[in-house]
Amino acid sequence: MDAGSAMAGSNGNTNNGHGAEQGETATWTVKAGLAQMLKGGVIMDVVTAEHARIAEEAGACAVMALERVPSDIRAAGGVARMSRVELIEEICDSVTIPVMAKARIGHFVEAQILQEIGVDYIDESEVLTPADDQHHIDKHPFNVPFVCGCRDLGEALRRIGEGAAMIRTKGEAGTGDIVEAVRHMRALWSGIRRVQAARDDELAALAKEYQSPLHLIQEVKRLGRLPVVNFSAGGVATPADAALMMQLGADGVFVGSGIFKSDDPARMASAIVRAVTHYNDPTMLASVSRNIGEPMRGRSVASMPVEEQLAGRGN
Amino acid sequence: MRPRVGVLAMQGDFREHVERLHALGVEACEVRTEAELDEVDALIIPGGESTTIARLLIAFDLLDPLRARIAAGLPVWGTCAGAIMLAKRVPGLDRPPIGVMDVTVDRNAFGRQVDSFEADLDIAGIEGPPIRAVFIRAPVIREPGPAVEVLAALPDGRIVACREGRLLATSFHPELTDDSRLHEWFVRLAEEAMASRAPA
Repeated sequence: MDAGSAMAGSNGNTNNGHGAEQGETATWTVKAGLAQMLKGGVIMDVVTAEHARIAEEAGACAVMALERVPSDIRAAGGVARMSRVELIEEICDSVTIPVMAKARIGHFVEAQILQEIGVDYIDESEVLTPADDQHHIDKHPFNVPFVCGCRDLGEALRRIGEGAAMIRTKGEAGTGDIVEAVRHMRALWSGIRRVQAARDDELAALAKEYQSPLHLIQEVKRLGRLPVVNFSAGGVATPADAALMMQLGADGVFVGSGIFKSDDPARMASAIVRAVTHYNDPTMLASVSRNIGEPMRGRSVASMPVEEQLAGRGN
Repeated sequence: MRPRVGVLAMQGDFREHVERLHALGVEACEVRTEAELDEVDALIIPGGESTTIARLLIAFDLLDPLRARIAAGLPVWGTCAGAIMLAKRVPGLDRPPIGVMDVTVDRNAFGRQVDSFEADLDIAGIEGPPIRAVFIRAPVIREPGPAVEVLAALPDGRIVACREGRLLATSFHPELTDDSRLHEWFVRLAEEAMASRAPA
């Protein structure tokens, strides 16, 4: 697909790695391709190098380097920004799996810094306080790929149009309540099925309705899915939650507070990894759900004032 | 006789391999259990995270059954993380790989994701124009043993594809492009293996 064929430009910096000596770096295939390698896996939020090693040991396919997990971001209040550079670098040095880090929505300089220090993926995330209430980052010129959140098909395709090489449904981060993750995943697939059922001459009207680029609507009809990998995020707290999202059509899951706010993080992390591989096998799911201790206590989204909910940030 | 080709589905881009095989009219299935492994005539180990795949093979008791099937002649093709799993020597991997090919594989040999790249590659035994090879946080192969045939190297000499008997390893991802020649080549390898096992 051609959504991300743009090459390094004003926001991208020069590539100093030795991949460039061998061939063409930062192509769309290479950016979207790393997400394809993450599929069927679990990406875990970590706040220290020690956490990162526990996550890798449990079988995480990547880690998200953060200053605080989302439930602590909620508790701390104030402005949530990109994590400290030295913390991200320490985590990069402590594991061999890919490391992601978050930039604020629209904060393209945070993204430039994250690219410069060598993170493998940038999450332009509603969990941090948005830096721009009108615009997301123009992600095409960057060499490093981006993942962005969505609540429905239109939001997903707008982010892909801006250059996101991976999507995650938003859910409601830091709650341990799966209800919003389910709502967003169902909304996304319901949109995809509607596009698939439409005649070709109805796609322009659907593009208008979903406020999405027409060529991406056409691509969704052709593929029967998003043109990039789609993970589930925001509320996964147990192996059963993770398998639920997989059965609803996720390619993999992000787990934030759900691991390091549980009783026994190493065991919970390992159980969620196994549940994602065998998401369709209830016998295996029962087996991995034994003896994993208490999940994070969590907070019901229904009891939460709208202004505390993060998913509405960015659209 | 057409082979039934399994794609190991612990973690990674197994769907892309299954889709590519289906497009070639080959029967293909995901493999997560020993029972599923027993049903296939050849196996692809896809790209993904080698640390994750190595742990899950142990967690689900698949390492020994895989080694036994390979010792009995199962054709296996590893792409990227799959190539890592096939190698006998993998510096820094903290779990044993399947360990059946006489090569050393260095993980993340080109650097971080911004160093991932694509390049045109000539591969021994593949007719026609070069293959467009996609390298994502890719490994390289070195120290090939005497029974290992090197199939492709980068301009700087680093090995990125090799074969040892019925085992094939590629550092790159043919499943991410529209070019099916390597999948066709592997299916022929599987057909030959089946023919040699069938009674005369």
